[in-house]
Amino acid sequence: MSGKLAERDVVNGRESPSASGLAVARPSAARRYLNAQSDSAFSDGFFKTLMLASALTIFVIVLFIFLELAWQSRMAIAHFGISFLYRSAWNPVSEDFGARPFIYGTLVSSLLALLIAVPLSVSTAVFITEMCPIPLRRSLSFLTELLAAIPSVVYGLWALVVLVPLLRTEINPFLMRTLGWTGFFEGPDYGVSMLAAGVILAIMILPIISSITREVMSTVPQSQREAALALGATRWEMIRISVLPNARLGIAGGIILGLGRALGETMAVTMVIGNRPEIARSLLAPGYTMASVLANEFTEATTSLYLSALIEIGLVLFLVTIVVNALARLLIWSVTRGASSRMA
Amino acid sequence: MGVGIEVKDLNAWYGSTHTLRDIHLNIPANHATALIGPSGCGKSTFVRCLNRMHETNPIARVTGTVKIGDLDIYNDVSPVVIRRRIGMVFQRPNPFPTMSIYDNVASGLRLNGFRNRQALDEIVERSLRRAALWDEVKDDLKRKSGASISGGQQQRLCIARTLAVDPEVLLMDEPASALDPISTAKIEDLIFQLKSEYTIVIVTHNMQQAARVAEKTGFFLNGQLVEFDATTKIFTNPSDKRTEDYITGRFG
Ligand SMILES: Nc1ncnc2c1ncn2[C@@H]1O[C@H](COP(=O)(O)OP(=O)(O)O)[C@@H](O)[C@H]1O
Ligand SMILES: [Mg+2]
Repeated sequence: MSGKLAERDVVNGRESPSASGLAVARPSAARRYLNAQSDSAFSDGFFKTLMLASALTIFVIVLFIFLELAWQSRMAIAHFGISFLYRSAWNPVSEDFGARPFIYGTLVSSLLALLIAVPLSVSTAVFITEMCPIPLRRSLSFLTELLAAIPSVVYGLWALVVLVPLLRTEINPFLMRTLGWTGFFEGPDYGVSMLAAGVILAIMILPIISSITREVMSTVPQSQREAALALGATRWEMIRISVLPNARLGIAGGIILGLGRALGETMAVTMVIGNRPEIARSLLAPGYTMASVLANEFTEATTSLYLSALIEIGLVLFLVTIVVNALARLLIWSVTRGASSRMA
Repeated sequence: MGVGIEVKDLNAWYGSTHTLRDIHLNIPANHATALIGPSGCGKSTFVRCLNRMHETNPIARVTGTVKIGDLDIYNDVSPVVIRRRIGMVFQRPNPFPTMSIYDNVASGLRLNGFRNRQALDEIVERSLRRAALWDEVKDDLKRKSGASISGGQQQRLCIARTLAVDPEVLLMDEPASALDPISTAKIEDLIFQLKSEYTIVIVTHNMQQAARVAEKTGFFLNGQLVEFDATTKIFTNPSDKRTEDYITGRFG
């Protein structure tokens, strides 16, 4: 095509000086090329269909996962009914199963992770984008992103070898002394615990939240920063009144992604949470999560009701993930509704 | 009340690029002063040196003295303090989009810990009135975002936000260049009214605008102040050949 275009150009070029009046009347090479193109309605429609098909595929896959889980767990659903969700029993011998401690463990460990990770990752992002000297910026962001690339079993190992002993010998005794009265930090102190799971999850989701936060903070326009500075804001005040508010939707999105990862994380949590299906107020007590019990017991499930109960746990995890995500989105939407409708 | 500005030996750089060279000038108090010149000649850099915004750019450097009244802004005070006394309005309106109209106007005072609600209400209303915006927004003060109003209104909101902290000097860097003619006329009227109380420095691309609002005009070219004189003199009988070429449209 381009060769032809160039050729016509040469022809045109040669003709135009000799008879300039004629040359003006002729369509230019560019015009002739464009006129020869078919209209794009066909390819437009084709791509539209393709995009729609991809979007539908995702939806259909999710639907099939749901249906399959529901089908495979039909025995447990029929046997325990809705009480499966709030019963605490987990006894393979007497075939008595309930999901409550696992739901509790999944929610509490993820919440704990957010509680620790959100302030840390937002401050990391603020430091990297706003305060850190430029040469250091790149290596620091590279390092935080590297955290995301480490396999979770490695996190689990590190947690077992370093974090758990550190909690047991240094941090937990301190927490018991200072915050023991709240009931959240009471002995006995095994090291492996809900707290250990929360901490390791926090470390694992930190890079997600902080890199997204960093990304959105760097898209805040310079004019917004200057608006604050020109009013006499210090650097920190500028971040507070201009950068963070401008970036808050993106930060919330990063938190949701982090939460999604925390809810489903299996390996590292299984290694440090203690794997005991009990609900304790103290965060120093062992717990269990839905993902962990699936990973631990799926291959050992001997009876069909046991297997069915485990699959129902998978179904609940699937639903809890969706519900929590929906709730988080709803929360963001309700918080920012005023602002975004104003912005529109 | 405004104060005069005294600029001596001002030089500014971006990295190794020498952007402003040996600027000397005295800007009179309570008047409007226009700065004109082809784009890239350093007008923005110059006004940004007057409130120490220039140095927020990590590669930027500046030498020389700038006195606002008796205050030597590069030696006597911190940049934060000086920016609280010198308001700045930018080329593109930049209200805070997550704040309401009210909060936008109040933002400067709140930054400084001002918490008296009743006084704040009064100041917000007065500033919006002075920026000729009050009648258009008074019903939506706390409901609408600063970014939901038209571009011309946003720019007047930014002026109100600046006026709320009662600055002594008002720097405006092409405040109307992104606006339609009606909004531009409103901004010009505003400058006309404000200049009896504030020292206004306005950068403009538009020579008619300079002629309409300013008593004094400075002509910048390639980082130098070529000529600084009464506006009428600059536009009718400039002393420098380059100024004459520029205002007669022979270049730039
Ligand atoms: N942030 C910056 N970094 C590097 N050079 C800049 C920067 N801002 C402006 N300059 C340069 O400084 C010179 C003056 O720019 P500026 O003050 O914006 O001119 P004007 O406002 O008169 O159009 C220009 O040559 C421009 O390229
Ligand atoms: Mg400029």
